Amino acid sequence: MLEISNLVKRYGHNDPVLKGLDLTVDGSSVVSIVGASGAGKSTMLRCINRLVEPTSGSIRLNGHELVNLRGGELRRARRKIGMVFQGFNLIDRLSVMENVLAGRLGYVSFYQAVTRRFPQTDIDRAFHLMDRVGISHYANKRADQLSGGERQRVAVVRALMQEPEILLADEPTASLDPKTSQQIMGLLQSLASEMSLPVLINIHNVTQARMYTDRIVGMRHGQMIFDGAPKDFNQDALDAIYGGIESPEEEGADSDEGHEAREAVA
Amino acid sequence: MVDHAAKLTERVWSRYDAREQWIRYAVYLATVVLVVWTVRDIDIFWPWVWDAPNQIQNLGARMWPPEFSAWSAILNAMLETVHIATLATLLTVFIALPVSYIAAQNTTPNRITLWLGRLILVSSRSVNTIIWALLFVAIFGPGVLAGILAVMFRSIGFIGKLMGEAIEEIDRRPVEAMLATGAGKMKVVMYAVVPQVMPAFFAIVILRWDINIRESTVLGLVGAGGIGVLLQGSIDTFAWQTVATILLAIIVLVIIGEAITSALRKKVI
Repeated sequence: MLEISNLVKRYGHNDPVLKGLDLTVDGSSVVSIVGASGAGKSTMLRCINRLVEPTSGSIRLNGHELVNLRGGELRRARRKIGMVFQGFNLIDRLSVMENVLAGRLGYVSFYQAVTRRFPQTDIDRAFHLMDRVGISHYANKRADQLSGGERQRVAVVRALMQEPEILLADEPTASLDPKTSQQIMGLLQSLASEMSLPVLINIHNVTQARMYTDRIVGMRHGQMIFDGAPKDFNQDALDAIYGGIESPEEEGADSDEGHEAREAVA
Repeated sequence: MVDHAAKLTERVWSRYDAREQWIRYAVYLATVVLVVWTVRDIDIFWPWVWDAPNQIQNLGARMWPPEFSAWSAILNAMLETVHIATLATLLTVFIALPVSYIAAQNTTPNRITLWLGRLILVSSRSVNTIIWALLFVAIFGPGVLAGILAVMFRSIGFIGKLMGEAIEEIDRRPVEAMLATGAGKMKVVMYAVVPQVMPAFFAIVILRWDINIRESTVLGLVGAGGIGVLLQGSIDTFAWQTVATILLAIIVLVIIGEAITSALRKKVI
């Protein structure tokens, strides 16, 4: 169970990106977070595994406070939080298997990591998970030789190798074509239920958010303005999240997204 | 219609406006002034310049034909030259890599180490190999050891700086992903940084080895070993025919080095 309360993130002396956010995710629910670019979705996700340092507030994962952890404690906490990125963030020059096993870096010794002598249980788990998502025949291929969808599968497996208690996905389908992105969303959904793993997905595609997730959280200007089931996510909610024009630079992106999303709903 | 045409003719365009044009003229003028000033200031003794063609002919005649009787000594000296370059390059790697790690902004532990790294790189790079050699000959006496140290001390700056830049240019996203798995700093470096800088590393080391072979050929001029010792000796004794052979041998060596390095470079990139 993830409990975020009164989370604030401010860069320098600017307006806070997150303004006292509260969010609770329990059990194995798949939650999608929607919002325009700059709404703070990505920052919120990165605050959870502390790739971004929160300014104030509290984030608790299964009862453990994450905000004030340091050094070794922080690394041990991060092992339990898997993350999937928009750009896959694989190590291109390493093989698929090495990328997958990199998910165990928090558990193995430095010597094991450098010499690639991972425990047999890790290797078994790697093959098992790669079989599950259909990439085990690529084990010895270099990661940069795979297609976008395959690369994202590698990234998902890498995150699952951590034996996570929660999975964060930061726009996991934004670099993929529509068909592949549906496959990845479907995969995240079914993996969540198989492993009873809560999954938080930042997503731009409202249609997919409604199709593949149990709950939609809408963010705007660092605040939560919608939280409910996909069936309650109506035109009003959509307008509240994407409508209007905030700042000149976001104008294009916002209206585009709002437009796209509205079409999708209609 | 007429109005429209008139408007069209008024559309004048020029690449630079008046102010930019004046700045350009000023730069031209400054360049000419600088060239004239430097040429006057270095005080060339022109009769010697006009005499140069004669001297070249003269020297050429004295060098011809090359004298090959000392070939085994030359071959040994050449081998020594290559050994100096190779050993110095290898040893440099061990020092240059840690230095590049602390001299790169994204990996250095703190401000102090960053400046320490940069200080090492700058001081290594700002002193020429020959000057380093003079220094080490004074400390360790003439010989190969002084030569190796001289080449090393110059190479640390070269390899360290280029590797530091390679580290700074890596894609940050894999680093982020490795941090997210809970990996410590050294594991992140081994997985996210090292694979990304590998090609640059090999290219830089091969390039430096190539440069070091050429630098090692002149080390002997200050007594730091290699083919230069023979060259200096032959010049001092006016054995111009041997000098010709040594110069030919150096050219052959450099060409061989060039061939090897370009072949290696193709392999790693």
